[in-house]
Amino acid sequence: MTESLSSNIVVEAAEKLLRDLADPQKINHTKDDNWQSTLWTTLEDSGLPLSWVSEKLGGSGASMTEGFALLHLAGRYALPVPMAETMLAGWLLSQATIPSPSGAMTVAPLNPNDRIMLDGEGTLSGHARAIPFALQSDHVAILAQAPSGLHIALIKRSDCQYKSIPSLSGDDVADLTLKCVKPVILRPAPAHWTSKTLALMGATARSLQIGGALQWILMQTITYSTERVAFKKQISKFQAIQHNLARLASETAAATTAASSAAQSLCMEDICSEGVFLEASSSKIRCAEAAATSCAIAHQVHGAIGFTAEHTLHRFTLRALAWRDDFGNETYWSIALGQAVASLGSNQLWPLITSR
Amino acid sequence: MLRAEVREFLAQQIHDKAFDPHNPLSNIGSDKAFAQRVAQRGWIGLTWPREYGGHERSHLERFVLAEEFYAANAPVRHFYVADRQCGPMLIAFGTNRVARDIVPRIASGELSFCIGMSEADSGSDLFAARASAEKTADGWLINGTKIWVTHAHLADYMVGYFRTSKPTEENHRGGISSFLIDMRSKGITVNPIRQMTGEADFNEVVFKDVLIPDDHLIGELGKAAEQATTELSYERAGPERFLETFYLLPALIEALGSNPDERAAEGLGQLVAQLHTMRRMSVSVAGMLQAGKHPVVEAALVKDLGTTWEQALPSKVRSIASTLDRSCSSHTQLDASLCMALKIAPKFTLAGGTNEILRGIIARGLGVR
Repeated sequence: MTESLSSNIVVEAAEKLLRDLADPQKINHTKDDNWQSTLWTTLEDSGLPLSWVSEKLGGSGASMTEGFALLHLAGRYALPVPMAETMLAGWLLSQATIPSPSGAMTVAPLNPNDRIMLDGEGTLSGHARAIPFALQSDHVAILAQAPSGLHIALIKRSDCQYKSIPSLSGDDVADLTLKCVKPVILRPAPAHWTSKTLALMGATARSLQIGGALQWILMQTITYSTERVAFKKQISKFQAIQHNLARLASETAAATTAASSAAQSLCMEDICSEGVFLEASSSKIRCAEAAATSCAIAHQVHGAIGFTAEHTLHRFTLRALAWRDDFGNETYWSIALGQAVASLGSNQLWPLITSR
Repeated sequence: MLRAEVREFLAQQIHDKAFDPHNPLSNIGSDKAFAQRVAQRGWIGLTWPREYGGHERSHLERFVLAEEFYAANAPVRHFYVADRQCGPMLIAFGTNRVARDIVPRIASGELSFCIGMSEADSGSDLFAARASAEKTADGWLINGTKIWVTHAHLADYMVGYFRTSKPTEENHRGGISSFLIDMRSKGITVNPIRQMTGEADFNEVVFKDVLIPDDHLIGELGKAAEQATTELSYERAGPERFLETFYLLPALIEALGSNPDERAAEGLGQLVAQLHTMRRMSVSVAGMLQAGKHPVVEAALVKDLGTTWEQALPSKVRSIASTLDRSCSSHTQLDASLCMALKIAPKFTLAGGTNEILRGIIARGLGVR
């Protein structure tokens, strides 16, 4: 159901790179952090973090489709560096034809209920909760609100105050506070954008990452069940385990289908369309559900060994669960989607569903 | 565009009072005249070769057809099973004479089929079936009893699974053969069985020395197990597997009004997201069928998820609607629909392969069984 996500040259090259430098097992056991700068430098040199930025604006100019495939891959490796965040930041800046700087970037606000305001002096103020990789980022791409409309800005991360907060994923997360921050560049956002538009793109990105992580989790859990012996047989021989693996496979398929459907809609339609709203919100809702069920099954099958720091399972399960919270959690999107469907009226539901 | 044509057709049928889309039981209504009107539009046997009365259109178009019929609760019972699996089975495995006689008459909306698989002592373990087919000089002699046979009281033909030899050490599932049976044959007695819904939609079918022609054997002797694997992927993952309670969603939206509170909106949004995803997965399987693949695991997975979802839908809709003012008229419709939907719900995860069996098939596909 997701062949299109893995069969192209950009992705194949990226996978080779990640196999060499981002192996979760190696990273989990390494005693120092040198792998991180090596990995990030190599990713930057390959142009991958700025895939969604045209060459004219400082990027590598890959297609939307290729970029989405990279996000799925980032999930499949539980990448502990800000590749997805830099990709999203680059994408956001490009929407206002703002050139992307080199180096790691992150994006704010993450929570669609947070507001960063642009004042009459052209400075930015506000709080953005739970921004991933803020500490590792040199710059932040901002979606800001003003009486005159939405704006997109590039700011220096060092101009923000930040407070680290507990991280579910293991990646650095911080609350950012902007107090009259002067942007490096500031431009209006595209005409029909709303405060949800960035969140729709971010939600789709996280859905793809969750799908990728669940695929790794599924493969790993199947392998473990065929290797672990209890009561004189592989635990995969027990029907309870088989049925749970079947459920895990079903949830993984649902997640990857929903995510790739949303990605496809973003490649083919205007981001402000009704179709993209249905697809992106549905994928985030469904992937969150899939993550919760799948991670519980995976840990249950693995038993105590999967609960250790030494085992790599948590690198994937905790990220899958944490990504649910980014760019609107499933409650936020369920409410938004439900309100939209209700306001369309009962005889518009079927036409909406079948428009895809 | 096919979808627009089908919608227009169904709107006309509803206008002419051919069926009531709000009635949960409309969908299991058997209506031969309706079937013939559908056939006249070229919508039965949509994917079959022209030489069998088919229209050589794609599985994706068939998907569109099926989902429009099911979303509207249209009375497809007369032709749906024949269209979905019996016709394709006869084309693939039936003798030439039989296929050329029977299949075009399915496509014309004339013939209706039922499936005889379960017995009192064998359901999921299909290959433990004991009802037998014995080779005689004049044909096959069928004896025994099938049970839970949906639509047997109205069907013209049955595709039935009967034992032709004993299973062996090497092949526990061997010895079962599939046959085409004319339901008007002498020796067949159909006894309707009342269900907890109040309907008598399935039956016990007793065979006493029923003689059927030699060439009514479908496929190879003793090979029903192998044939069933191919056949069943056709029937596992269509939109009918998650749309059987769909009518509750528009009814819920009607009852909620255009500005529901956050709790109701959240519940509704969740259901729509799940429905959308289910549909995208089902479309994906249709695409695989179109590409000539045999998506046995994918189809099992979609049926498992889909039937579980449509079964849970009535209770979820009930919960979402529970804080609403019950006195308005759109509630009466919703409450009536919910009552029947809750009574029908248990069957969704039982019919056509229980979810436990499906999970076993998925597990095998994952390489763990």
